[in-house]
Amino acid sequence: MNSVAFIVIAIFTLAAGLAAATLQKLMHAALSFAVTFVGIAAFFFLLGAEFVGLVQVFVYIGAVAVLIVFTILLTRRDVEKDRGFNWSGAFIAIAVFGGLIWAILKTQSLSVAAPEIPALTVKRIGEVLMTNYVWPLQCVGLLLTAALVGALILVMEEKQ
Amino acid sequence: MSPTLQLFLIVSAALFCIGLLAALSRRHAIFILIGIEMMLAGANLNFIAFWRFSSEPHQPTGVMIAIFSIAIAAAEAAVGLALVISVYRHYRTTNVDQLDQLKG
Repeated sequence: MNSVAFIVIAIFTLAAGLAAATLQKLMHAALSFAVTFVGIAAFFFLLGAEFVGLVQVFVYIGAVAVLIVFTILLTRRDVEKDRGFNWSGAFIAIAVFGGLIWAILKTQSLSVAAPEIPALTVKRIGEVLMTNYVWPLQCVGLLLTAALVGALILVMEEKQ
Repeated sequence: MSPTLQLFLIVSAALFCIGLLAALSRRHAIFILIGIEMMLAGANLNFIAFWRFSSEPHQPTGVMIAIFSIAIAAAEAAVGLALVISVYRHYRTTNVDQLDQLKG
């Protein structure tokens, strides 16, 4: 693992995340959200989980970001800008961050270097998914079907 | 010198807190959803980092949990955005401060 790549990806991801959390224009914030998820996918590639990185790109940038942009366009008449910023939320977020950083820095066993591992192939993921994880896989399939039907029912026009 | 597990945990904690900031301080319902998605992504980064730095990387447990978590996050985003559109159709607003009909 390369530490230069780590620093570049970390700055890129966190800057895009902060932009998505604070930008006033809705469309700009949605696009920075997509950029944040490119950065997280890059982290997954850096950590050697290429399959999860690709799934992240397909699901978040291909589907969720487009869905969010469509929802912004459909509800546009309301507000073009997100006015009003709740400062107590910022204080809570900083307090949680401080607590997490304190816990991470206090734990001694975390400062380990990455061991050498064999590459995780898609073949291996497929094998595990079809043997050890076949019941969770079926449950996720059922959950996705239920979510699809639920979303359709929610947005259907009500009959008078 | 390669990055340690600690650095990955700090980055994912920062990502979680940025998501928390978006979910708590934004007024617009879509951005509360974006904040929740970012918090989920921070948790996924933790799972992958712990898998990569574990002593038994032959078992891809962290990778599996991350894949299932991404699938559940996608379902959550679809239902959440459908709710936003449905609320907008009824009240003509997506500002969560104006949705106070159930307030006592």
